[in-house]
Amino acid sequence: MTTERQPGMSMIVRTVTRWLKGPILLFGIYIVLYGHITPGGGFGGGVIIACAFILIMLALGAQHGLRLFSIGVASRLDSAGLLLFLVIGWLGTGWASGYFFANFITTPPEAWFTLFSGGTMPAMNIALGLKVASALFLVFTVLTALKIAATPADEGAG
Amino acid sequence: MGDFDMFGVDIRTLVPLFVAVPLAAALLIQLITRERQLLSGWLTNVTMLSLVLMSCLAIGGSALYHLGGWPSPIGIDLRLDNLATLMLLVINTVGLAVSLYSMDYMRRYTATGHFYSLFLLMVTGMNGVVLAADLFNLYVFLEVAAVASYSLVAFGCAHEELEASFKYIVLGSLSSALILVGVALVYGITGTLNMTQMATRVAETGMDAPLLLAFALFICGFSFKAALVPFHAWLPDAHPAAPAPVSAMLSGVLIKAIGVYVLARLAFNVFGAGDSELSLLRWLGIVSMITGGLLAAGQNDIKRLFAYSSISQIGFIVLGLGLGTPLGLVGALYHLVNHALFKSLLFLNAGTVEYATGTRDLRKLGGLNQALPVTGATSLIGSMSIAGLPPFNGFWSKLIIVLACVEAGYYGFAIVAVLVSIVTLAYQLKVQRTAFFAALPKELPALLSKPGREPRLMSLAMILLAIGCLAMSLVVLGGLRDPWLIGAAQQTLSAGPF
Amino acid sequence: MIYSLCLLLILVGLYGVVASRQTVKIVISLVIMQHGVHLLLLLIGYREGGSPPIVDSGQALTSFAGLSVDPLPQALVLTSIVIGLGVLALMVALCVRLYERYGTFDVTEIRRLRG
Repeated sequence: MTTERQPGMSMIVRTVTRWLKGPILLFGIYIVLYGHITPGGGFGGGVIIACAFILIMLALGAQHGLRLFSIGVASRLDSAGLLLFLVIGWLGTGWASGYFFANFITTPPEAWFTLFSGGTMPAMNIALGLKVASALFLVFTVLTALKIAATPADEGAG
Repeated sequence: MGDFDMFGVDIRTLVPLFVAVPLAAALLIQLITRERQLLSGWLTNVTMLSLVLMSCLAIGGSALYHLGGWPSPIGIDLRLDNLATLMLLVINTVGLAVSLYSMDYMRRYTATGHFYSLFLLMVTGMNGVVLAADLFNLYVFLEVAAVASYSLVAFGCAHEELEASFKYIVLGSLSSALILVGVALVYGITGTLNMTQMATRVAETGMDAPLLLAFALFICGFSFKAALVPFHAWLPDAHPAAPAPVSAMLSGVLIKAIGVYVLARLAFNVFGAGDSELSLLRWLGIVSMITGGLLAAGQNDIKRLFAYSSISQIGFIVLGLGLGTPLGLVGALYHLVNHALFKSLLFLNAGTVEYATGTRDLRKLGGLNQALPVTGATSLIGSMSIAGLPPFNGFWSKLIIVLACVEAGYYGFAIVAVLVSIVTLAYQLKVQRTAFFAALPKELPALLSKPGREPRLMSLAMILLAIGCLAMSLVVLGGLRDPWLIGAAQQTLSAGPF
Repeated sequence: MIYSLCLLLILVGLYGVVASRQTVKIVISLVIMQHGVHLLLLLIGYREGGSPPIVDSGQALTSFAGLSVDPLPQALVLTSIVIGLGVLALMVALCVRLYERYGTFDVTEIRRLRG
């Protein structure tokens, strides 16, 4: 057991975080994927996924967290998530009913209330989950862990 | 109510693109081109040009677009009617001019990729507000545009910009909370958020006390957004402190798209306002006119003067709206279009002056007609338009509003409007005289020889807007007037299902 | 009666915005006010003895509509919470930047713009 100052919080918090980061992430992914059956969906699940990474950053130190999920990756995933959402929505215009965000994948009534029902909704939930998770992580990181430079930095919102 | 416009194109497919295209462009800029300034600038300009073309295609048409294919009361609708077309054309044209201008102006800032993304997000929000057919989506798009504008006001991160943006964001969030309370009340009373259905239910029950409370909350909330006195406190700080293209967008279109437009929609199409409710709008308009005009006359900072002048001109527009007569509405909408054009032109001029000389203080400026010829000429056109000199467009729209006041019997309001026009003329002449026509002061000797003091794209944008002003003064002669302005006015007046 | 509690929360937030001297307190008061508004919106969709708005498998939609509370305000509040989150992030970033520039959180000292 080392006595030097390690980044992050105390030994107990660090150990518990190392055990818990997997289940929290998994829980968040579960909420995103089952968004069409249970409450939650993209927003709620994305927040939980972001919380997993924020917990890693808080407990294990900023460097460790940024190595897992860097700012560049988060920023690109942010925009890519919303673009994916828009593309899926736009795909709805090419199909029969021809409207934006139309659900063009139909499911037979036997398959209702299962994971692979709901048409385009799980895909849109995943895209939203990606976006919300990376946006929230970016907001937290930019506000706390970065040295504020003299040049204007970006805002994490939106 | 066909889905085809006057060119025979099916505009039903165009309607969601007004919102989707700038949003996709904003995201693409973040993904691909963020480090490369020039590419993001050109992408923004191409997007705005395509939006302008789409708005031109949409003139005279109308469409009701059901998102996701869900039928009307259940689903989210986007509706394009005459008033929406008018607003879309104004927003996208001014946006195109401003994005051309910002290609050169924003060279002095860093992180311009973020600027273009935020700018496109603001345009998305404004287009969405104009097209939304139910109250909650209107609120969501309004927040998108508002948050983008809070960020844009603070963009340069200088002292004044941050302070102004903080004041703006606090007052903006306050007003959004008020609007949300109003939405909650209206939903509780009528049971629907779709504006068409709401209009039918309000017409059945009449304006009893809870609906009147909701209407009052909406007026308070949206008067904040439209910067009517006494809700104007954020505007004289936010508009001058922001970078010049942002000021032009804010003063030129944002306060109209999310303030005046929504007031008109709610007052006429949803609540079917009677005379007692409209009198509130009239009084707000008159007080804004007088306060804005008087406070503008005492300013020495050009942009602050123009900001107070915006408050005054919005007062004119809201007065015309509050009259409730067809002539009043035509005057109000015409003045809305005119003000968008000449106010954004004036702000772009002020931006060029600041870009070239480094100061906005009238007491230190002079001789700009020699140093900045394009700016001088276009600002002369802009000033004469806003002051209401014939034959420029400002004269015709103010004349129509004054005539509408007289026709409706409000002689006092008409006299006040004429007096405020004279005050407007006075302070615009002050700007012209001290900054442009006076001799070059001793402190700015090197200005005449400084290269690149009036970059080409900035001049192009200002010339475009000046041509727009001149073109709008010809609208009075009929032809373009009928499907556009008169149609929009009639659309607004007809309460109930539309 | 419970609506008046929501109104009380909104008024407390409003008082905080008006009377606070520090930017961070203004931000917190705005958040309290937004919470009050969201509660009001949720309560409007409440139905006495209603069930949560989740359709069980095998439940007919008409019986669901007769039993559950109104799901629409819940969707509205979700959206509004997310919007509020974005605005909160922006406000906090502004507070940080203001501190960096002016050296204080005190609103009465952040007063360069006048007239």
